[in-house]
Amino acid sequence: MLLGLLWAAVSGTVAKDLPSPAKTWSESKLYIMAPWEKRGEMDQGILRMASYSLYRVAKGFLLAILIGTPLGFLLGSSPVLFKMFDPAIQVLRPISPLAWLPLGLILFRQSEPAALFTIALCSMWPTVINTMHGVRSIPQDYLNVAKVLRLSGWKKFTKVLAPATLPYMFTGFRLSLGLAWLVIVAAEMLTGTPGVGGFLWQEYNSLIYSHILLCILTIGMVGFTLDRLMGMAEARLKAA
Amino acid sequence: MALIELRGIGKSYGKRDVLRGVNLAVEEGEFVSIVGASASGKTTLMKIASGLVTPDEGEVLIAGAAVTGFPRNTAFVFQNYSLLPWLSAVENVRLAVESAFPEWPKAKQTEQAVKYLEMVGLGAATAKRPSQLSGGMRQRVAIARAFAVEPRILLLDEPFGALDALTRLTLQQELAKLCQAQEPRATALMITNSVDEAILLSDRIVALGRGPGASLSAAVPVSLARPRASDLMMHDEEAIWVRGQVSEFLASSGDGGAAKRAAARAVANAVAVEA
Repeated sequence: MLLGLLWAAVSGTVAKDLPSPAKTWSESKLYIMAPWEKRGEMDQGILRMASYSLYRVAKGFLLAILIGTPLGFLLGSSPVLFKMFDPAIQVLRPISPLAWLPLGLILFRQSEPAALFTIALCSMWPTVINTMHGVRSIPQDYLNVAKVLRLSGWKKFTKVLAPATLPYMFTGFRLSLGLAWLVIVAAEMLTGTPGVGGFLWQEYNSLIYSHILLCILTIGMVGFTLDRLMGMAEARLKAA
Repeated sequence: MALIELRGIGKSYGKRDVLRGVNLAVEEGEFVSIVGASASGKTTLMKIASGLVTPDEGEVLIAGAAVTGFPRNTAFVFQNYSLLPWLSAVENVRLAVESAFPEWPKAKQTEQAVKYLEMVGLGAATAKRPSQLSGGMRQRVAIARAFAVEPRILLLDEPFGALDALTRLTLQQELAKLCQAQEPRATALMITNSVDEAILLSDRIVALGRGPGASLSAAVPVSLARPRASDLMMHDEEAIWVRGQVSEFLASSGDGGAAKRAAARAVANAVAVEA
C-alpha cells in the first residue's frame, strides 16, 4: 500500500517519465487479463512470458543442482579437494551473470545454451557451499554408526551421509533457485529471447515504460512464490 | 588364547597422557567390565579396543590378529544410543542386520530385526522414529541392533550412562538376560562408571585408574551365580568384597579427591552392611 502511494507520488512529481500506477494498469491490462495469449513473438500475455522464463530457470537450476550437489559432497568429504578447489570457488562465485553470458555465447554460439550456462554457473554456488558445509557437520556419532555397522560405501552414502546432509542441501537449493531467478532477467535481456526479462528489455527499447513496471512486479511476485514454495518443501522435509 | 587382547596400550592427546601400559585379555565367552571414573580415559580405551582409534603404543589383537578398523562379527553399543534419526526403530536394526548378513533375503532380515525388537519389549514400537521414543526405549533399540547381528564380540561403552537410575536397573537385567540367552555366548567388554553394574553383569572386573597415564588394576573375578538380582550388592558377601576391592583401587589411584571420597563412602557402606 505504502509503496503504491510512494510510487504515485514520485511519478506525479520528480520522475515525470515514470508511469503512474493508474497508467501502468491501463496499459498493462491487456497482458494481465489475457495472460496466456500469444499475439507475436515478443507480444504475449504476462504469464506466458513468465512461463518461458520459468522453464528456462528450471532447466538452468536443474543443471546447477545436478553439478552442485555432487561437487559439494566431494569437497565436503575430502579436505584435500576442499583446499584445492576452495580458492577457485571463492574467485568464481562473485562473478556477475553479465560477465558469464558473453563467454557462454562464445562457447555455444547460441543464445539458449548460453543462458542455461550462465544460470547454472551463477546459481550453483549456494548448493555447493551448503552441501559441503552439511557434509562436514555430520555428527561424529553417525559416522561411528556407519563404521561399527561396517556399512558399504554406497549404504553409508544413502543411509547416513545423504539423509544427514539433506536439510543443508535444501537450504542450498532454495538460495540457488532465488539466484537462478535473478540471473534469468539478465540472461534474457542480453540474448533477447522471449520471457519476462526479454520482454522488459524490448519494452524499454520501444519506450513503453509502464510495461517495464509490469515486468518488475511480475518478476518480484514469481520470485516470492518460488521462495515460498521451496520454503514449504523445506519445512515439510525438516518435520519429517 | 584370549579372544580380545590389549598389549601395552598407550595413548596421549597432545601433551596429555591418557592411557599408559594397559594390558588386558578377555577369553572367549567371557564378560569383562572396566570400571573407571569419568574422564579417566575409558571411552578412549574402548575406541582403541574397537579399532576406531589407533593407539600410540601397543596393539590390539582379536583372535590373535592385529586389529585394523572395526572388527568383523562385532557389535558396539554407544552411550548416547547413536540411532539414525531418519530411520524407524526397525529400520535402524535392519540396517545392521543387512550389513551383517547381506546374503539373507530381505524378508528374513526384517524378521530378524523385528524378533530382536520384540526381545527387548519394543514389538509395538517398531515403526516409531527415535525422536518418538524415550531414552530407555532408544537404548533398547540400540541393544536390539547389537544383538540382532548375532555378534561374537560385544563392546559396550557405558551403555546405560545416559539413563535414569530406575530405567538403568531394568535395562541391566534385560542385557544380562540377552547375554545368557545367546548361544554361543558373545564375548563382552563393557565400560562403566558403576561398580554395581559391573558386578551384576561381569565374570571379571578391572578398574581403570585415574589419569593422566591411567592403567588397569588386577582383575577381580565375580563368581556369583546367574541370574543376579539388582539388590545383590546389599546382601551378598562376595558382591560386597568385590565392590570393596574395585573401590579401593579407584580411590588409591591418582589424586581425584571426589572419586576418592565417593569410593571411600562406598566401602564404608559395604562394611556397615556386612556388620
